[in-house]
Amino acid sequence: MLRLAVVFCSALLLASCQRETAVERANREKILLVGNGDDPKALDPHLVTGVIESNVIRALLEGLVADDPAKDDAFPPGAAETWEHGADFTEWTFHLRRDATWSDGVPLTAHDFEFAYRRNLDPVLAAPYAEMLYFIKNAEAYNQGKITDFSQVGVAVIDDYTLKLTLREPVPYLPGITRHYTWFPVPRHVVLKFGKISDRFTKWSDPGNMVGNGPFVLKEWQFNRHVEVSKNPRYWNAANVKLNGIRFIPIENFYSETRAYLAGQLHTTYQVPPDLVDKAKAENPSDLKQEPYIGSQFIRLNTTRPGLNDLRVRMALSLAIDRKALCETIFKGYQPATTLTPAMGDYKPDAVVGFDPERARALLAEAGFPEGKGFPRYTLLIRSSGARTTSEALQAMWKKHLGILVDIQGKDFASYVTAQQSLNYDLAVAGWIGDYLDPSTFLLMWTQGNGNNNTGWSSAAYENLLTEAAHQSDPLQRFEKFRQAERLLMEEQPLIPFAWQARNYLHRPEVKGWHPLLLDNHPWGSVSIEP
Amino acid sequence: MFKSLLSRFLQSVLVLFVLFTLTFFLCKALPGGPFVSERARPKHVQEKMEVYYGFDKKTHEQYWLRIKHYLQGDMGLSTRLEGRPVIEVISQAFPVSFQLGLIAMAVAIAVGIPAGCLAAAKRNSLIDTGSMMVAMIGICLPAFVIGPILAEFFGRKLKWFPAMGWSSSLPSTWVLPAITLGLAYAAYLSRLTRAGMLETLSLDFVRTARAKGVSPWNIVVRHCLRGGLIPAVAYLGPAFAGIISGAVVIEAVFQIPGLGRQFIKAIESRDEGIIFGCVLLFGTLVILANLLTDLLGLWLNPRLRKSS
Amino acid sequence: MTEKGTSLWKDAWLRLSHNRAAIVGMVVLILIGLSCLILPAIAGVLQDPNSQNLIGKNQPPNAEHWFGTDQLGRDIFSRAIFGGRISILVGLITTFVAVTIGVVWGALAGYIGGRTDALMMRIVDILYALPFLVIVILLSITLQPWTSKLTEWTVQWVAGEGPTQLRIGNVRTWVEPITSLVPLFLAIGALSWLTVSRIVRAQVQSVASMDFVEAARSLGLGHGRILFRHILPNTLGPIIVYTTLTIPSVMLFEATLSFLGLGVKPPNSSWGVLIQEGANAMFANPWPLVFPSVLFSLTLFSLNFLGDGLRDALDPKSAK
Repeated sequence: MLRLAVVFCSALLLASCQRETAVERANREKILLVGNGDDPKALDPHLVTGVIESNVIRALLEGLVADDPAKDDAFPPGAAETWEHGADFTEWTFHLRRDATWSDGVPLTAHDFEFAYRRNLDPVLAAPYAEMLYFIKNAEAYNQGKITDFSQVGVAVIDDYTLKLTLREPVPYLPGITRHYTWFPVPRHVVLKFGKISDRFTKWSDPGNMVGNGPFVLKEWQFNRHVEVSKNPRYWNAANVKLNGIRFIPIENFYSETRAYLAGQLHTTYQVPPDLVDKAKAENPSDLKQEPYIGSQFIRLNTTRPGLNDLRVRMALSLAIDRKALCETIFKGYQPATTLTPAMGDYKPDAVVGFDPERARALLAEAGFPEGKGFPRYTLLIRSSGARTTSEALQAMWKKHLGILVDIQGKDFASYVTAQQSLNYDLAVAGWIGDYLDPSTFLLMWTQGNGNNNTGWSSAAYENLLTEAAHQSDPLQRFEKFRQAERLLMEEQPLIPFAWQARNYLHRPEVKGWHPLLLDNHPWGSVSIEP
Repeated sequence: MFKSLLSRFLQSVLVLFVLFTLTFFLCKALPGGPFVSERARPKHVQEKMEVYYGFDKKTHEQYWLRIKHYLQGDMGLSTRLEGRPVIEVISQAFPVSFQLGLIAMAVAIAVGIPAGCLAAAKRNSLIDTGSMMVAMIGICLPAFVIGPILAEFFGRKLKWFPAMGWSSSLPSTWVLPAITLGLAYAAYLSRLTRAGMLETLSLDFVRTARAKGVSPWNIVVRHCLRGGLIPAVAYLGPAFAGIISGAVVIEAVFQIPGLGRQFIKAIESRDEGIIFGCVLLFGTLVILANLLTDLLGLWLNPRLRKSS
Repeated sequence: MTEKGTSLWKDAWLRLSHNRAAIVGMVVLILIGLSCLILPAIAGVLQDPNSQNLIGKNQPPNAEHWFGTDQLGRDIFSRAIFGGRISILVGLITTFVAVTIGVVWGALAGYIGGRTDALMMRIVDILYALPFLVIVILLSITLQPWTSKLTEWTVQWVAGEGPTQLRIGNVRTWVEPITSLVPLFLAIGALSWLTVSRIVRAQVQSVASMDFVEAARSLGLGHGRILFRHILPNTLGPIIVYTTLTIPSVMLFEATLSFLGLGVKPPNSSWGVLIQEGANAMFANPWPLVFPSVLFSLTLFSLNFLGDGLRDALDPKSAK
């Protein structure tokens, strides 16, 4: 009886074995299997703010300017073939492709772009990322409902294929900004079929309804399982798109994701957890990619707390951190930060922070806490799903070099964010990812009252420098002003930068057309599978 | 019989109502709210979003509105998924959890109960100690240890089964998660069955049966099983409801698109729509499971019938 | 020849002492328990569990580090012992509370029956279906200020009129891990008693329907006596077994709560946390997982054998 059961079970198991791995099958079918970190919240570009959504949306829609597969600072034509700007970079004219159509055949015109910007800025719709469009003249006022006539906003349709944008200030790097999905067009005829322009959630972006101008169309979306897109034959560059489809697989647990990759279920992963990097390097050196990424990790300080309101204390905490050891042991591939903004293009900020335990001790003594005596017992706030090891290392470093005791408190995501936003914390491990390749994406948030500041620090001098930078039309002068502002920020240390992010991920060698990009915005139309 | 079923039904409605109320106030007490995001939103945007989802109304208004909607069958909108109807999300996730739960339970019952019976019948023998030690391993090594080990060995090294993922049409994706989940429950079931069987086997009527020459097999299966299964069945009820409403760890290890993952994400993002949907669904399942196991208990122990 | 009369307990102890597995289990438990509870308090015996050595990380077992080091270079042996202190306390206290409440609740519901049973079981249903994670998050926030007050009060109470700062310091390191975990005990205990009550209720119902209970009732014995002296002893088997099953699940559940900030705070650790962290990178470096798991399993196996032995010893019918 027992024997019969064992035989039966073994037969069942054998019958359910898989015949080929997912990658083998996908290579045949030319479908790319991408580990994408999490399920998108939505695919309507006006309802989302995240990188994960961006990866999928960029397959379905294309902006005026396209992403270059190999270079961060190249701007190949996208929906617009050519563009020019006025002398002071406040007026830009884009000339759209005349033969471009949406995936259902309807022609793509400048009206679609105007409609998209009007929808994104619509005060009733309340798009969470509308502020990305505030570069446009009067866009902020329209979004806040202060003006109701959209024709006063700096978006003008000269004719079906010419779009003119008037900006509120000189923006020499506008082509880079238009690559962000908040600047993408949306199909006016489809959106209006399912609701009004100001209707928030409608079915227009669901599989079967969604129409796009990107290299792929939305085929299927099973929540938490995958988003599948298939080749768009009506894409203007369809002849050069080599993939037949892409499956975006949301995997939140990166240990499971690494295992899935090694089991032949993914072509490329989202992230390799730091403690698996060494092993991956040893066993799959050619598959492991370690590339710089446009993100910065720092410790946010609540400068309203006694002790932390003293610049010397903040600097002491900063100088007692051995960033190199942190990066080598814990982060694997991240670079020790010497200032907030990672280097990008021609922008080269000054190096202000580093590891200097002696100076740290001297500063702390000067502030009235020699050898840490009498120092307030702070709590370091972390997000409970990560950063535990980092926080333990920081705790040990501060104890060793400064003689102070810091407690660690983990909180779930919403509590963690709320604590910072309400200034209900002492120190918090945090980070920031840039949206586009310009230092303003890292520097503008530290102004007074900015919802992303949350340090209780502000400086009129800092904000003046930022305003001056905004009015510079010469890019190099602009960077100079930013450099000065950043130096001021660093010398005040309301936040302690400790690492510049890198992406550690696994990538199969047969996937070509994939190059290191700071923004990680690989154009899906240029990727191919060549086993 | 009908009277007791009706009374049970009314009790269940009351339970769901209390559950709903408690959950509502618990959610409202949580810090943060559904519109918290790492990238802060401009105030006017946040205000508009609150109006859209009805969060600008007074608390008690929101409460009655939500009850009214539920009575009309409208489960509301998900704030995390930017306005998608909750029922769409749950109707995709629940069948997955249900399928996984069913298969895992089948594994658990098929392995656990016979193992427990065998151990009890051959008490203190090698079979007993051996199988109970294996059971203890299943209890000591949690799913987040056994799952990755199975996935690594069978998924990555041997490539027999996928290391992660789930498809209702691909049996190869069912094997590893169902075995991991099933074995954990099998371990519990086997020990509880053994304990229950030992109790029953020590009763006097068993001594009589043995003296009469009834075979051990008959004693175990025909005479003792009914009584011996009582603790196991009492455990099965809540266990089954728990499995179905999302074996969270298994879903995380094997990335299964079930209810557990949705529920965790909903709590993280304070998505009340999905939290309510999951809690009420889970509550309904608990009620149903308990009803079924109570009925099963009545069938197993006829003496209780006269008092019900 | 007349037999000398002995009490139930003396009888039970005699039977237990002949059960080799149970005795071995008891010895192992005492060994592990004492090591985890006492060794950390004696200075100099164990290495500092939180002392990091980023250069000497991820070492396999060697002479200096018996169990190896983890990814921050901390000694796994001492982390496992210190962690055991937390886990054992959590496991014992919480399970004791949960089982006591569960047994009383389930026994009353099963014995009284009728409307009371229905009400009690519906309360169990509600508590079971509540979103536990939400409750945990709320508890960790609301109980935070109370926990620190409790710690201070306990330190004062234990140290008395302690003259030296040093004495207060030592007492605090002993007391704090325990009092800071009180919300954790409450949270886990509040969830764990539910299934116990269902199992006890089912068992009590079954036993209460048996003939000897009717006999006792017809003799005029009071309900309380019947319940506690006649019915419950016959339900001991599943209760003891479920207790030994609850302890490990409580210890592992504590790990989940610790990650949410409710349980043990970094850099302190517990077996559950060590196992969960170790499980993540188990294929890159197995040592952080292996030894805490082995200690954990050893403790539970021993508990198990001891529990089985207790059950056999206390069972009046299993006399050989």
